[in-house]
Amino acid sequence: MNSETLNTLDSYSKNKYKYGFVTEIDDEKSKKGLNEDTIKFISLKKNEPNWMLDWRLKAYSKWKKMKEPKWANLSFPEIDYQDIYYYSAPKGFEKKPKDLSEVDPKLIETYNKLGIPLEEQKVLAGVAVDVVFDSVSVATTYKGELEKLGIIFCSIGEAIQKHPDLIKKYLGSVIPPGDHSFSALNSAVFTDGSFVYIPEGVKCPMELSTYFRINAENTGQFERTLIIADKGSYVSYLEGCTAPKRDDNQLHAANVELIALEDAEIKYSTVQNWYPGDEDGKGGIYNFVTKRGLCAGKNSKISWTQVETGSAITWKYPSCILKGDNSIGEFYSVAITNNFQQADTGTKMTHIGKNTKSKIISKGISLGKSQNTYRGEVSFLRKADKARNYTQCDSLLVGNQCGAHTIPYIDSKNNTAVIEHEASTSKINEDQLYYCRQRGLNHEEAVSLIVNGFCKQVLQELPMEFAVEAQKLVSISLEGSVG
Amino acid sequence: MFLEIKDLSVKIENKNILKSLNLNINKGEVHAIMGPNGSGKSTLANVLAGKEDYEILNGRINFKDNDLFDLNIEERAQEGMFLAFQYPVEIPGVNITPFLHSAINSKRKRMNEEEIDNLSFAKLLKSKAMDLGINIDMLKRSVNTGFSGGEKKRYEILQMSILNPDLAILDETDSGLDIDALKIVTDGVNKLKTKDNSFLIITHYQKLLDYIKPDYVHVMVNGSIVKSGGSEIAAEIEKDGFQKFQ
Repeated sequence: MNSETLNTLDSYSKNKYKYGFVTEIDDEKSKKGLNEDTIKFISLKKNEPNWMLDWRLKAYSKWKKMKEPKWANLSFPEIDYQDIYYYSAPKGFEKKPKDLSEVDPKLIETYNKLGIPLEEQKVLAGVAVDVVFDSVSVATTYKGELEKLGIIFCSIGEAIQKHPDLIKKYLGSVIPPGDHSFSALNSAVFTDGSFVYIPEGVKCPMELSTYFRINAENTGQFERTLIIADKGSYVSYLEGCTAPKRDDNQLHAANVELIALEDAEIKYSTVQNWYPGDEDGKGGIYNFVTKRGLCAGKNSKISWTQVETGSAITWKYPSCILKGDNSIGEFYSVAITNNFQQADTGTKMTHIGKNTKSKIISKGISLGKSQNTYRGEVSFLRKADKARNYTQCDSLLVGNQCGAHTIPYIDSKNNTAVIEHEASTSKINEDQLYYCRQRGLNHEEAVSLIVNGFCKQVLQELPMEFAVEAQKLVSISLEGSVG
Repeated sequence: MFLEIKDLSVKIENKNILKSLNLNINKGEVHAIMGPNGSGKSTLANVLAGKEDYEILNGRINFKDNDLFDLNIEERAQEGMFLAFQYPVEIPGVNITPFLHSAINSKRKRMNEEEIDNLSFAKLLKSKAMDLGINIDMLKRSVNTGFSGGEKKRYEILQMSILNPDLAILDETDSGLDIDALKIVTDGVNKLKTKDNSFLIITHYQKLLDYIKPDYVHVMVNGSIVKSGGSEIAAEIEKDGFQKFQ
């Protein structure tokens, strides 16, 4: 057994010993709702220092006074925050399927189409498994390699224990807990997520992914991720997984903060494929995500790429604050909505420094009875001399019962700024379908091909191994909606 | 009979386009249909390919022992029918290689043949392109996107040579081509011709028929075939126009 594993086991057993009363508290876990006790419980469970608990409680007191933002083009019933479990470490073992035969066959079909190995399918479908497949050992190997370079890659919980200085300095520095009600909520009750620190001058040699991280389970509901790229460093981070994840939680409110110091670059890629609800719009995840990056230093760069195909409701605007001179922000997005899904997604580019540049490429595809909105805000502050933005928003409609909306805001306080905005809305072209079918492709293959072509500009921004899967995913998301 | 069109009447948006049209094509034959604008030539091509905008009022079509109306667009294609479009549509972001690869495999699947793998297909595509004098760089671009008229038509012939159809319908393939492009396109067609496949060539001008020798020429006016014969008819039209057939 290597030292890594021993350490993990060691800390695990210590925790157990220290908190021998865990089982008793577990019995109380059926308590729903949000109050100070819930937060204290979470903090205690995670063995957090007092300053962290205080931070959470402050966020909670802010949350109590706040209302949900209502400006999005989304409609859903009122969220009852007292009807939610905020901590469920064993995630209701009794509720977990015992094997794959208890899982929705449609989900299994999708896994098979994506070519996901059986053991992995079990994990994704939430089947109760004791041993997590090979990636644990893979992760351990990688972790050792990363440590040699001084890279810290661990769960946010571990970072709170081991790297309190970095956490105190950066957590909440880009998304203040009081920013809006979902950020306050997340700050109060977050349970897990990733922490990454890349030291000065280090180019991270591999794509970092939650997938390779030990303790990757249970990152779902209130995820908190913090990535810091120190001067002159580079990191590419992949979030999520192309396979749809079974999840009993209705409400998700993740917060992701990125900080790029001078000459540093962060590339953050997401494939979001949470359960979207069924054909009649029943069920599905409400996904209220706040992602924000700060280009703090000169010549820094943050690039967001997202492929959003899941969730019943998506509310998400990965943004960049371009504070350092010459810094660059990019946002590449594909959002596909089908059946009764609703997505209100886009970005915010805030130009503060001189010569800052931003680029927005958004592709929205609406099918079925879904509603798909692009919402973007590009602003130039007074000192943002010669800053530039280029925005391209294209919407594609399939069928005649869906909707596509484009809501760009542009605000410039500097008259040397250059802003370009291009937008198009089109219906899937009957002539293109006819052409493809005349060559022998069936209707669904033809639609998938055309949509993949439409998204290519964004998909090609994804890291290679992700791109192929994402293409398959795009095809799967379109299924059953055409004809 | 390979293709048999019997008593076909078709309308679109309350307008009768084809009126009791009859046409038989045997294996290995090349047929040309000539006619003035608006005579229904392209409608015939699209009805054969299965485009869904038309209402079939009467008649039937048999193709390789199938009732053609039982097959949808892709099934007809998979059975070996190919339409070279008059105006090939642009499909941005879609590369020709995966596009044609899926197309050929869907056909093979229907014929219970083994699917062709990536590498063999790439080789096949490259060699066919070279045969047709198509620049390999063109294969890297998106389907028809940003192509000139001539490039689009050559591209249609390339697709035809890959899919190797039993019946190829060329809808005004010569329109908008200069003489060099026309030669490349018609060379391609002549190379593909065997005793086992058939061609239906729709054209407005006689010029195309200088390069592809048809076994039969039909004159189509006002939705039906008014005269059939050999290539001498084409010469007649070249000389006197369609006037005397109307």
